[in-house]
Amino acid sequence: MMAPLLLEGSMFYFILNRLAQALLVMAVVSAISFSLFNFVGDPVNNMVGQDATREQRIEIRQQLGLDDPILVQYQRFMLNVAQGDFGLSYRIKQPVSQLILERLPATLELVFASAVIAVLIGIVLGVYTGIRRYSWVSKIIMSVSLIGVSLPTFIIGIGLIYLFAVHLRWLPSSGRAGVIELGGWKTSLLTIDGWRSIILPAVTLSLFQLTMILRLVRAEMLEVMRSDYIKFARARGLANRAIHFGHALRNTLVPVITIIGLNIGGLIAYSVITETVFQWPGTGLMFIQAVDFVDVPIMAAYLIFVALLFVVINLIVDILYFVVDPRIRRGGS
Amino acid sequence: MNFLKLAKLFSVALIMATAANAENVLRWTSQGDALTMDPHSQNESPTIAFNGQIYEALVARDIEMNLVPELAESWTASPDGWTFKLRQGVTFHDGADFTAEDVVFSFNRALEESSDYKEQVKTVAKVEVIDDFTIKLVTDGANPILPNTLTNVYIMDSGWAKANGVERPQDFAAEEETFSVRNSNGTGPFMLTSRAPEELSVLTRNPNWWGNSMFPGNVDRIEYRPIKNAATRVAALLSGEVDFVLDAPLQDLKRIEATDGLTTKTVAQVRSIFFGMDQGVDELRSSNIKGKNPFRDIRVREAFNLAIDKDAIQRVVMDGLSFPTGIITPPGVLGNTPELDKQYGFDLGKAKSLMEQAGYADGFEIQLDCPNNRYNNDEKICQAAVAMLAKIGVKVNLDAIPKAQHFPKIQKRISDFYMLGWGVSTLDSHYVFSYLFDGEGSWNGIGYNNARVNEITKLIETETDIPKRTALIDEAWQIIKKEMPYLPIHHQVLGWSMKDNVDVPIAADDHLRPRYVVFK
Repeated sequence: MMAPLLLEGSMFYFILNRLAQALLVMAVVSAISFSLFNFVGDPVNNMVGQDATREQRIEIRQQLGLDDPILVQYQRFMLNVAQGDFGLSYRIKQPVSQLILERLPATLELVFASAVIAVLIGIVLGVYTGIRRYSWVSKIIMSVSLIGVSLPTFIIGIGLIYLFAVHLRWLPSSGRAGVIELGGWKTSLLTIDGWRSIILPAVTLSLFQLTMILRLVRAEMLEVMRSDYIKFARARGLANRAIHFGHALRNTLVPVITIIGLNIGGLIAYSVITETVFQWPGTGLMFIQAVDFVDVPIMAAYLIFVALLFVVINLIVDILYFVVDPRIRRGGS
Repeated sequence: MNFLKLAKLFSVALIMATAANAENVLRWTSQGDALTMDPHSQNESPTIAFNGQIYEALVARDIEMNLVPELAESWTASPDGWTFKLRQGVTFHDGADFTAEDVVFSFNRALEESSDYKEQVKTVAKVEVIDDFTIKLVTDGANPILPNTLTNVYIMDSGWAKANGVERPQDFAAEEETFSVRNSNGTGPFMLTSRAPEELSVLTRNPNWWGNSMFPGNVDRIEYRPIKNAATRVAALLSGEVDFVLDAPLQDLKRIEATDGLTTKTVAQVRSIFFGMDQGVDELRSSNIKGKNPFRDIRVREAFNLAIDKDAIQRVVMDGLSFPTGIITPPGVLGNTPELDKQYGFDLGKAKSLMEQAGYADGFEIQLDCPNNRYNNDEKICQAAVAMLAKIGVKVNLDAIPKAQHFPKIQKRISDFYMLGWGVSTLDSHYVFSYLFDGEGSWNGIGYNNARVNEITKLIETETDIPKRTALIDEAWQIIKKEMPYLPIHHQVLGWSMKDNVDVPIAADDHLRPRYVVFK
C-alpha cells in the first residue's frame, strides 16, 4: 500500500522537487530586484538635509557600503538575511522586519476582504450569466464587468471616494479606523468603524479579480453545460439546481481554484496602488514610500516577501492539483 | 496584559469621545509624516515642523518669519559668541525643570557625529554655563547670524535622554531603533499622546506651557493623519473628515475656494526655482558643440535668460501661482531687493542676435535634466522651457526623472543644464552664496567661481557691522545679477486649504504653527 518516500511519483518527492525550484526562483528574484535598485536613485540625498557637506555625504555612503560593487552589496545583504536581519529602514530608521510585520495585518485583512468579495460575487454572477446567457441581466452584467477589467484601479478608487465619501458621505474616504489589538495582531475587522473603512478599498481591489472569476466561471459553465454528462443528468430527470451546482459548477472549479490561488498573490501585489489611494497602512503603501525615498532595505525585503508569497501559493496550488488530479501523480504519462 | 491594553485603549477612546464635544480638535493632513520624533536625527522639513509642536528651540520664527524668543528670552552678541538669557519656570512634559544644563546637553547632542544638524551648529565651539538661566554659545570668531541658524535646534531634557539611553541621535548603521524615535519629551505647547507612524498621531495641549496666555491659539487637541495621494487628501477635506490640508495641489485651490465652507490661503514660499548652466567644464557632455563650452559665453547665458518667458510660465503653467524673479532668493530673505527681484525680461529678438554674436546663429543641442516629483509643476516648467528655447534655435532634450535620480546628477556634477529649487532656512543670503555660488559650495553644480563672491561669502560669516554686511551682500548679488550664472524662473507659492470655521495662518516655510491656530 505505502509507496517508498523518494520514489518518483510520490507526494514527498513531488514537494521536494517543487521546493528546490522555489528556492531557485527566490534566489533569482532577489538577485534581479537587487540589481534594479541601482537604477532607482541615490538614497543619500534623502537621508541628509540639503545643508549636508560633501564630506558628510561621502561618509554615509561609506557607512552603508553604497560604493561597493553591486555583487558585494548583494552578498552582504543575503548573508544578513540568512541570519534573519533585514537591516534598518533608511527613511525611518526602524528595523525592516518589524516594520513589515507591523504593516502585514492591514494588507492581509484587505486582501482577505477583497478575495471574499471577488470569489462570492464572481462565482454567483458567473454561474448566473453562464446559465442565463441570453437574458438582459446577463448582458448588463457582462458589459459592466468590462469596465472592471479595463479601468485602472487608481481611477476606480478615486471615483468611489468621490461618490461614497465626498458626495454621499456614507463612508470614510481613506485610512484604517477602528483598529483593535488582539494578541499582537492589529485588526480592524471587529469594529463598525473598521468595516466602514475597509469597504471601499476592498471593493476597489476586488473588482479586477471579480471580473476575471466571473468570466472564467461563465466560460467554464458554458463549456460544461454542453458536455454529455450534463445531458445525461438531464435525461435522468435531475433537478436544475442539482445539475447546475452539483454537477456543472463542481467541474468548473479546478481552473477556478488555480486562478483564485494565483490571484491572491496578485491581490497582494495590486494592493500597492489601492493602499496608496486609500492611505491603507499596509505593506503596499510602505513599499511605495520606500521607492520614493530609495529605501533599499525595505524595497529588498518587500520584494523577497512577495516572491516568497507567490512561491508558497504556487506550491500549495501544485499540491492541491496533486491531490485533485490523478493524472499528475503518474508523472503526466 | 492584552486585556489590560484593550481596556486602556477603550477608556482612552471613551475619554476622547466625551471630550470631543467641548474641545477644539484640529484634524489635518499632509503628504508625508514626520520621519522620527528624535529632534536631532533628521533635518527634513515635515519632521522639523512636526517636532516643533512638541519641542522648542532657543529662538523661533513667528508667522511672518520674524525671529522671536522661545526658550531664550533675550540674546546679545559679543565678538566671541552669543549670550542667551533663558526663560525661567519652564518644565518639560514629564515635569522636569528646564535649565542651562539641558541647553548644553542639546547642543552637544546636535554636534554629535550622527546628528543631522551639525551644519547649523558647527560654528559653536562650546557652550558655557554662566548661571542656571544664562548660557553663552562661544563661536570661532564672530557669527552675526547664529540665532538665525538655531530655530530648528530643539532642546531636550538631559535627564530624560540619559534615562532612556538616547544621549546621541541614532545613526544609520545602528541595529535597532532607539527610544527617541517614537517617544518625545519637550517643553512645547503640545504633548504627544499617541503615535502610529503613517497612520495617526494625536497631540494634546500642554496645560503648563509658558506661552498659553501669550498666543492666540485655542486648539486643545491635534489629530494628524498623513495621506500620500493628493486626490485623496483633497477628498478628505471636501468630505469634512479633516479641517486643514497643508499641501493640496495648486490646481485644486480654485475648486476648494469655490466650495461652501472651505477656504484657501496662499503666500510666497521661501523657495526659488531656477536652471543651472554648467560653466565649469571645457566641453558640455550632451551638446553637439565640441571643444568649447557655450555656457562660458555670457552672451549665450543672457540669450537663454531672455528667451524664457517667465510671465508665460506663471500664466499658463502655474495658473498664476508663482512670482517670476531675477534672483535666486525670495523677498523676506536678507539680500533680496525689489530691484534685484525684477526678472530679466523676455526679448526674443535680442536673444537671437546675442546667439548670433556668440557664433551660435544656428543654435545647438543640449540636455535639460529635470525632476518630476519635487517642485510645483517641475516637469511642465521644463517642457515650456524646451519650447521657448527652440525659438532661438536651441534643441533641448528633456530628461525628466524622479528626484532620487535627479539630484545625484547635480551632486556628481554630471549635468550640463538642470532645474533646481533652493529654500533659505536662515533667511540670510549667506545660505544661498555658500551652497550655490561659492566655488566650493556643495550645490554649486555649475562650476561658478568668482573670486569676489567667494571673498564676500567668507567676509559676511564674521562681519558684525550690519549695514556694512548688508552692503557686502548687495555687492555680491549685483555681480551675480550681471554675470547670470543661473537662470532664475520664479519663487514658489504655497497654498493651504481649510474649513472656514478655523483660522490657520499660513507661513512661508510651510510649517504649521498650532499656537496661532484659532477656532472661531
